[in-house]
Amino acid sequence: MTHTTSVLRTRGLRKEFGKATGLVRAVDGVDLDVAPGEMVAVMGPSGCGKSTLLHLLGGLERPTDGEIRLAGCRLDQMSEKALARLRREAVGFVFQAFHLIDELSAVENVELPALLAGRSPRAARAQAIDLLERVGMADRAGFLPSALSGGQRQRVAVARALSNKPLVVLADEPTGNLDSAATLDVLQLFGSLHRAGQALIIITHDSRIAATAERLISMRDGAFVDETRTMGLISGNPGAFAGLEG
Amino acid sequence: MGRILLILRLAIRDLRRRPVEAVLMILVIGVATTTLTIGLALYGVTDKPYQQTRAATAGPDVVASLPAGPGQSAVVDALIHASGVTGHSGPYPLAFTVIGARGRTADVMAEGRDLAPASIDQPKPTQGSWVRDGGVVIERSFADALGVHVGDQVTLGGRSFRVVGMAVTAGLPAYPGGLCSMGCASIPASLLHSSRFPTPGLVWLTKPAATALATSAGSLSYLLNLKLANPAQAQAFAIAHNANWSPTEPILSPWQRILDVDNLVVENAQQAMRIGGWLFGLLAVAGLAVLVGRRMVEQTRRVGLLKAVGGTPGLVASVLLAEHLVLALAAAAVGLVAGWLAAPPFARTGAGLIGTPGAPSLTVSAIVLILAVALAVALAATLVPAIRAARTSTVSALADEARPPRRRAWLIAVSARLPVPMLLGLRLTARRPRRAVLSALSVAITVTGIVTILANDSYLARHFSHDVDDPRIDRINQLMAMITIMLVVLATINMIAVTWATKLDARRSSALSRALGATPGQVSAGLSAAQLLPALPGAVVGIPVGIYLCDIFRHGVLTIPSPGWLLLVLLGTPLVVAGLTAIPSRLGAHRSVAEILRSELA
Repeated sequence: MTHTTSVLRTRGLRKEFGKATGLVRAVDGVDLDVAPGEMVAVMGPSGCGKSTLLHLLGGLERPTDGEIRLAGCRLDQMSEKALARLRREAVGFVFQAFHLIDELSAVENVELPALLAGRSPRAARAQAIDLLERVGMADRAGFLPSALSGGQRQRVAVARALSNKPLVVLADEPTGNLDSAATLDVLQLFGSLHRAGQALIIITHDSRIAATAERLISMRDGAFVDETRTMGLISGNPGAFAGLEG
Repeated sequence: MGRILLILRLAIRDLRRRPVEAVLMILVIGVATTTLTIGLALYGVTDKPYQQTRAATAGPDVVASLPAGPGQSAVVDALIHASGVTGHSGPYPLAFTVIGARGRTADVMAEGRDLAPASIDQPKPTQGSWVRDGGVVIERSFADALGVHVGDQVTLGGRSFRVVGMAVTAGLPAYPGGLCSMGCASIPASLLHSSRFPTPGLVWLTKPAATALATSAGSLSYLLNLKLANPAQAQAFAIAHNANWSPTEPILSPWQRILDVDNLVVENAQQAMRIGGWLFGLLAVAGLAVLVGRRMVEQTRRVGLLKAVGGTPGLVASVLLAEHLVLALAAAAVGLVAGWLAAPPFARTGAGLIGTPGAPSLTVSAIVLILAVALAVALAATLVPAIRAARTSTVSALADEARPPRRRAWLIAVSARLPVPMLLGLRLTARRPRRAVLSALSVAITVTGIVTILANDSYLARHFSHDVDDPRIDRINQLMAMITIMLVVLATINMIAVTWATKLDARRSSALSRALGATPGQVSAGLSAAQLLPALPGAVVGIPVGIYLCDIFRHGVLTIPSPGWLLLVLLGTPLVVAGLTAIPSRLGAHRSVAEILRSELA
């Protein structure tokens, strides 16, 4: 895969925290290429650097070394302002803790990225309602996060991630706080996104979740240690989720 | 007893863990208690110098101001033979004229005196000698204001005199006191050198010279000094004789009235300090409430632990209240000591009296008032957070869950139509309405103080002559400058505390906004906007309140500062607030988003 066809590409990516004897290499020499519409799962034990990698890919954190290209642009050389613009236009985040804003209703949470991007309130609202419909939450549009279940909150968070039609959605343990039924729900949602051509990178430590992606990368001590092509359960066969029920 | 000890122990241990905040709280309340202490400690400080001057000059008990005219001798006869009168001096001619000295001119009352010393009201020369032909003695505080010395030449009504001495008296108020309260009212306005409030000085010269200075009947009156058998009855004596006053009748002034007028310099300071003290008190409530609220956010888990080990809601609230009441008591003690030590410079009585002012003294009632104010400030700032903490569910508190923010649907809808920084700012403001109100209150109080000072300046400029130095104006200007500086310092502390609290409270939503595409600049501008939004109504409210406060200070003389100054305050306040909040806002907006989101997850 050449970088001209990659939506996201990293080379020699490294991130260190601390100094001298307290130095921790959270991400160590990662090379990654993600094609448009591809779904990649990154798996590994807690503390192996998965979340840090995701933050680097989304421009939330700056690498110590190496390069990251998103849609051909070097993230590691961008100003904070340019990074923010790129996040706004090209990246959607889904967090384990949902991170919805408590005092905003579901639809207000979903329309927020569009408002930050300078869209008109009317257009932002119409799009948010459309996205909520897409994730099956249109009937809960006016609900506050506190009135939604975990699965419903994550659906709202997914809708929010899609608000500005991102090139790639980065999901950090998106089912980590959910029960099995809600997990299934969210994975089916990712499946439908993937079928619609959305590039997805999912960070997880659950092998069952990882198995649903087209490509599975194993990570340990900050480095990629294995990469396998799966059957792409999500895109190929929604019935394959049967193992997750219960 | 055991419970009280437990509460105190918990409270003091927590205070020891947060010394900087404790010091800040003591400072904020301490400024208010210090100012109030100074105001209260100035009561009666002029009494001693006046009594010393009165003793040294054989001061009269009552001074009668007599209009010139044919019936004057009958009036004098009636007064000196009135019941209770044991002695008198005068009547002495008093001519209203203009003095010229060192290029300056001012209104002056020239009293004609005998060359021989009088038994009652003999002004005491502090430099030079008593009156003689061609020579003039100038009242000491007036000489200071004019800048003249013994040996200088001055003009009175265009005639030249040599300054032969300077003296003090207890028979008339010292410059720039209310000499006109002793008989100026009868003088035609055309004779007044200044078109503003007349504040003539006092000089003594020989009787013929004084009489010769009177250019018309209206500019000449007489003073008669009376000694009573019982000086304490002077006020009653004067009131009885003034009851049926008419332009042909004398005006009687008891020595207590002269003391009051001499006390004006200190009294103005006292009043300014009292008003300043109350403003600082209110500002302290606003600032403390924010500090305590922020502290509560950090103490949520501790509250949960206290409850988990069996602490009742009452115990939790008591510990929080006890912490701040202990600080309030410390601040009251600091204020009492600092105020008492700082009071002497404000107790200066000027050059018109001899002797030194008494040491500022604090009565038991003043001490109780200071303690009550400090405790009230702490209670007002702590009560709501303490009750809120007591009501927090133990499970939520142990999980360190932040208090859910308020939702204002209409504000969220309105903010969607605004530019990104305003959108973020308005939503942040709406999350914590109490904090927004406190912020607005803080700005309103500061603007009130500044506008009061500006209005007072306008009052002084309109009503007082600036040809000659006026110690009252100098003193007030010094005080106002001091109060302004303290107001601005306290308001700055408040504003930074509010911004810091907002930044802490909004760290997750700010980090999320950045993750969703807001730039650091937009987020920091949003934080600043969240402070600006309450500052604007605060500034708008503070302007009329400041004008009203000056109106009270000046006993109902409404004075409005120039529109230029008001506009500057109105526009400058948001600019200053924006500047003050910019640094904490920027510091908050540049922290790593990933780090914040990680810590929120933990």
